[in-house]
Amino acid sequence: MKQAKDINEQIPWQEMTVGCEIYEPGTSRLTKTGEWRSKTPEWIEDKCKQCVLCAPFCPDASIPVKDGKRSEFDYEHCKGCGICIKVCPFDAIKWKEE
Amino acid sequence: MSIRDRLSGNEAIATAMRQINPDVFAMFPITPSTEIPQYFAQYVADGKVDTEFICVESEHSAMSACLGAEAAGGRAVTATSSAGLSYMNEVLYVAGSLRLPVVLAVSCRALTGPININHDYSDSLAERDSGFIQLYAENNQEVYDNYLMAHRIAEHPDVRLPLMVCEDGFITSHAIENIEIEDDTAVKSFVGEYKPENYLLKEENPLAVGPYGVSGYYMEARVAQAHAMINAKRVIKEVAADFEKTFGRHYDLIEEYHMDDAEIAMVIMGSSAGTAKACVDELRGQGIKAGLIKVRVIRPFPAEEIAASLSGCKAVAIMDKSEGFSACGGPLFAECAGACINMDARPKMIDIVYGLGGRDFTVAAAKSVYERLGEIARTGQTGPVYVHMGQREV
Repeated sequence: MKQAKDINEQIPWQEMTVGCEIYEPGTSRLTKTGEWRSKTPEWIEDKCKQCVLCAPFCPDASIPVKDGKRSEFDYEHCKGCGICIKVCPFDAIKWKEE
Repeated sequence: MSIRDRLSGNEAIATAMRQINPDVFAMFPITPSTEIPQYFAQYVADGKVDTEFICVESEHSAMSACLGAEAAGGRAVTATSSAGLSYMNEVLYVAGSLRLPVVLAVSCRALTGPININHDYSDSLAERDSGFIQLYAENNQEVYDNYLMAHRIAEHPDVRLPLMVCEDGFITSHAIENIEIEDDTAVKSFVGEYKPENYLLKEENPLAVGPYGVSGYYMEARVAQAHAMINAKRVIKEVAADFEKTFGRHYDLIEEYHMDDAEIAMVIMGSSAGTAKACVDELRGQGIKAGLIKVRVIRPFPAEEIAASLSGCKAVAIMDKSEGFSACGGPLFAECAGACINMDARPKMIDIVYGLGGRDFTVAAAKSVYERLGEIARTGQTGPVYVHMGQREV
């Protein structure tokens, strides 16, 4: 069975899966979709109280949480929607100056 | 043992569906296909099937529900006509590209306007590029038989494409004929169970369908889909051969009627072929070498077969029961002319657009076409290539 990691822009049509089906879950990790972002959120660690409200609100699971604490954004997948900025009660996330 | 029974085309389809017992029927009514879900609802109520019968809110939803069911590994069916098929349009292309073998029964009906409930092929032929295989039937027996073959063709691993079983609205869908209905167990064993290798909630490896396919992938996906349609030609013939072995009735991509020595011929679809065959019989009785090709399969288009069959003809009329508004001929004409383009000696070819919105097609009308073809064969002068027939005019 073809694995998602083996589907890329170099393989011939004969090696594509039927209907572009993907036979395993969680494969969005392999696709760096962060490049779609036009604005970028910035985490200000000093202001952060680690309430981690931002993490469940993130539609792209781009705020990694380990042992109950968030860390730096996963910019390879963050689309810059800004929901985390809206929900943060402590102004600990703001738009990066471009 | 098969039995003979009086059934309309719609009831024949519903009967085939009952015998196949699909997992899901997503239904939305529209004339003249409404009877199909109506009969089927009775089978559900009577416990004759254990199909999940979903009454959805539109044809767009009906096809969408079928896609969900197919992706989940089920066998899904629906039925529609005319504007309902047009409303499915977006989702038909999705079914084709996801390679989900939904089987859709279409009681073909004119598209608006003026608003009309009667037969022509403007609905189904408008969807000829949607990625569906399309089978057409001359009569109720063929509708039933096409439906028995449908799932096996669509679900074949070399094909995996959705499929339309088309019948002529009212003419076939509502007219009652005496037909052979095969035994339930024989049908079940011929059609078989649908057990796709992968499906959405497969525990070992859940399936994802419909990923974004940017320019780095789209071309490859479409080429693969095009090759599936090429494969369908072989599979349709294989399934027809097994059908003949099992039930004794012969089917192919096209049906040739007196084509062996034909000098003038008609290419035609559906119930009109029966009318035109009566005319061919009459002309043959007079020693006129008339023939007919009935196109059973429009997608994949049997281009080589039609070209080979027409190779001995002097003059050919393509009979279009839908108006494509190309200003130079209907859709069947364009396909047939394309099929013949590389022949060394092509027959003269004209397009007759007829029968729109249920306008009658008679033996006399067929005769007038063959008379014109005789004239073209004698004089070598084609005359007007794109003409309409059966309308009032000054």
